[in-house]
Amino acid sequence: MTGGRGAAQLEVRGLVKEYNLGSTLRRQPFRAVDDVSFTLTSGQTVALVGESGSGKSTIARMLARLTRPTAGTIALDGTPVGQRAAAVRRYRGDVQMVFQDPFSSLNPSHTVGYHLRRPLRLHGVVHDRASERAEVLALLRRVSLNPAEQYLHKYPYELSGGQRQRVAIARALAPRPRVLLADEPVSMLDVSIRLEILNLIDRLKSEDDLAVLYITHDLATARHFSTELLVLYRGAVVERGGSDEVILEPAHPYTSLLASAAPDPLGRRELVPLDVVGSTEAAEAARRPTGGAVTGCRFAPRCPYAAEICAQDPPPFPVPADQPGGTMPADGRRPGIHLARCWLHDPEGRHPGRSSVAMSR
Amino acid sequence: MTVDLAAPGQAGSLVLSASDINVVYHGSRPTWAVRDVSLDLRRGEVLGLAGESGCGKSTLAYALTRLLRPPGDLTSGQVLFHDTGPDGDGSTVDITTLAGEQLRQFRWRKVAMVFQGAMNALNPVLTVRRQLADTLAAHLPGQSRDERDERCAELLELVGIDRSRLRAYPHQLSGGMRQRVMIAMALALRPDVVIMDEPTTALDVVVQRDILREIDRLRQQFGFAVVFITHDLSLLLEISDRIAIMYAGRVVEHGPARRIGSEPGHPYTAGLLNCFPSLRGPRRDLRGVPGNPPDLAEPLVRCGFTDRCRHVFADCREIVPPLSEVDYLPGGAVACLLHDGHRHPAGPPPELHGIDRPPGTVGGAPAAPAGDTGRTIGERA
Repeated sequence: MTGGRGAAQLEVRGLVKEYNLGSTLRRQPFRAVDDVSFTLTSGQTVALVGESGSGKSTIARMLARLTRPTAGTIALDGTPVGQRAAAVRRYRGDVQMVFQDPFSSLNPSHTVGYHLRRPLRLHGVVHDRASERAEVLALLRRVSLNPAEQYLHKYPYELSGGQRQRVAIARALAPRPRVLLADEPVSMLDVSIRLEILNLIDRLKSEDDLAVLYITHDLATARHFSTELLVLYRGAVVERGGSDEVILEPAHPYTSLLASAAPDPLGRRELVPLDVVGSTEAAEAARRPTGGAVTGCRFAPRCPYAAEICAQDPPPFPVPADQPGGTMPADGRRPGIHLARCWLHDPEGRHPGRSSVAMSR
Repeated sequence: MTVDLAAPGQAGSLVLSASDINVVYHGSRPTWAVRDVSLDLRRGEVLGLAGESGCGKSTLAYALTRLLRPPGDLTSGQVLFHDTGPDGDGSTVDITTLAGEQLRQFRWRKVAMVFQGAMNALNPVLTVRRQLADTLAAHLPGQSRDERDERCAELLELVGIDRSRLRAYPHQLSGGMRQRVMIAMALALRPDVVIMDEPTTALDVVVQRDILREIDRLRQQFGFAVVFITHDLSLLLEISDRIAIMYAGRVVEHGPARRIGSEPGHPYTAGLLNCFPSLRGPRRDLRGVPGNPPDLAEPLVRCGFTDRCRHVFADCREIVPPLSEVDYLPGGAVACLLHDGHRHPAGPPPELHGIDRPPGTVGGAPAAPAGDTGRTIGERA
C-alpha cells in the first residue's frame, strides 16, 4: 500500500505566537515563537532543534492546528489553511502528528484496533467493514507490529513504550497524510529502542514520500535523520542550513555551545569556554521572559563573543555563514543555504571581534 | 570554606565493596530485579552504571543504600563500607546488618544520594534553607542556628548558587538550579560516596554539561566517590573511570570506561554503543538493540541476551555465562561465552569490537530469531 497522495509542500512563513503572561490588568505579552519560516517538502526531513522552552513544540502545535498562530501563514501546496471545520479536517488528513508521550497519547480504555479505525472512518479512507479491517491490519504491519492480528484487541497497557509509539505512528498514517510532524517522538522511550523508532519514521518517509518535521533536543539524531536543520533559541531561528554543515561547522555561538555540550562517544573536541557561556546566573537571566520587544540579540547575555552592537541591535538575518564551501550540497542532498543570525557574520563587519574569532567546532 | 577533606593518599583504596547482591520484588510473581551483583568502588573514582530501563540499576542503588522498601527485598549479599576516609575510624561495616540508630547515623553521613527526578524530590512548600537545614539538624543536632544557616549558605555557594537564593522556594528555581540544590544537600555531611541516579536526565544538554562539570569539580575538591547511574552510555564514556553494564538484573560487563567504549566485550554493550549516533562522525546505519529483555519473574537458566544477540550459538541457551575475566580485555570482566575458549574456540567475532565499524556491518544482519539455535560464528565467517 502506498499512503501518499502526491508530493506536498508545507510552507510556513513568519510564524509568531504570543502568550499573555500576568493578570488581565497587567498584560505582559510573551513571544514564544518569533518570525519562524521554513518549508517541508515530500521525501525530506527538517529537524527543529533547541532547548526546552525554545518554542519547538509550540511550532508543531500550530502546524497541527492545535494552537492558533498570532501571526504568520501556514500554506499547504500554496493554499493557506482555511478556518472552517471542513477545511481544517481536510488539512488534518494531510498533516498528522506523532506526540512525545505514547503513554498519554493513546486512550487507555480503547484497543489498538479502535485507535486505528477511528481516523480511517473520520477521514473517509474506508467505506465498509471488510476493507476497514484489512486497512487496520496493513497499518499495523507497516509499523512492524507483527503478527498484526494479535495486536488488534490489545489495550495500551499491554504494550511496551516502543510498541505504543508504533501504534501512535500507525494512527498518524491512517488518514494517509503527506506531512508528518514528529514532536520528540523518542524522548520518552528507552535508549535501546529509540533508533528503531527513528529508523521506522525514516523508512515510512521514503516509502510514502512524506514530508517530515522532526522536533528534538538531541543534536546527534537530528543530524542523522534530517537533511535540513533549524536551531531555535528562545523562539527564534538562530541558525539554519544543511544538517551536516550546521553541526560540523556551526556558525552561531549558540549552536557551537549546544554541539559542544552534547555527549559524543566518538568525537574529540575542543570545548567552547563554558565558564562564560554556561554560567548559571547568565542562563537564568536569559531565560526570564522579557516582554514582547527584544532589543539586540537574544543570546547576547550568554554569548562569549557579545559586543556592544549585539546588545543594541537585532542581528541581521539572514546572514550567510562565511565559511568556504558552506553552501555546497553534501552527497547529493538538497542544499540548504547555511544562515546564522549573528553579528559575527555581518557582511559589513560591524562586530569588533569578527576577525579574531575562530569558532569552536 | 576550608578544603581539608581531599586526601590524595587515600585515593584508590576500596570504599565500598558489594558482593552477591540479590533483590527480589515480592508479589504474586516474584521478580528478581538484581541477581548476584558484586562491585567494588574505590575512593574518588566515578563508577558508571548503565543499562536500559528495568535492568535493575536503580534497584541496585537502593539496595546499596538500604533504601529498598517492601515489596523490594534484599534477599542476600553484603555491602561492606570501609570507613577509611579522613574523618573515618578505619573500621569496616556491613551496611546490610545496620539497623535503627546505627543505620540512621550511617545514611547520608557516609553514603548520600542524588535522586532521579530531582525536580520533584524537593518539597514545594519549604524554602531551600529549610530543606538544607533539615538535613543538618537531623545529623548535627549540636549546631547552633547561626552555624547551621552559615553552613547552608556555604553549601549553596559550593554548587554555584548565590546565597540569596536560600529564601527561594523550589518553583522559583530552574531545573538546573534545583538539581544543584539536590547536590548541595547530598554533600551537606561530606559523604565518602555519592550515588547519583539519573541526575541530569531531565535537563537540557547545556545545563547537563554544566552540572557534570560541577560534580567533577566537587569530586576533585572533596575526594568522594561517585556511582553514576544513567541509561546514556555516551555520557558515561566521558565522565566515568570505570563502567558496569547491567542487563536483566546482572552485571554483564565491567571495565575501564575507555576500553568499554572502544572494545566492548559483550554484544549488549556493543548494542548500547550503537544506540547513539555520533554527533560529528560519519553517518552510519544504526539499529539500537532490537527486542525486549527477558521476563525477570522467570528463573534465569541461560544467557538473558540470547533472543536479541546476533552472535548467539548453541551453548548460550545451555548455561548462564559467568562474569569472568578475559585476558585480552584487561581490568574488567565479561559475562559472554564468545570469550570462552573451550565453548567457542573461534573467539569473539571481529565486528564485536570497536564501534567505528564500516557502514553496513552494524545493522546489516538482522537479529537472530528466537528459534535459530544452530547458527554458529563459524558459519558467519
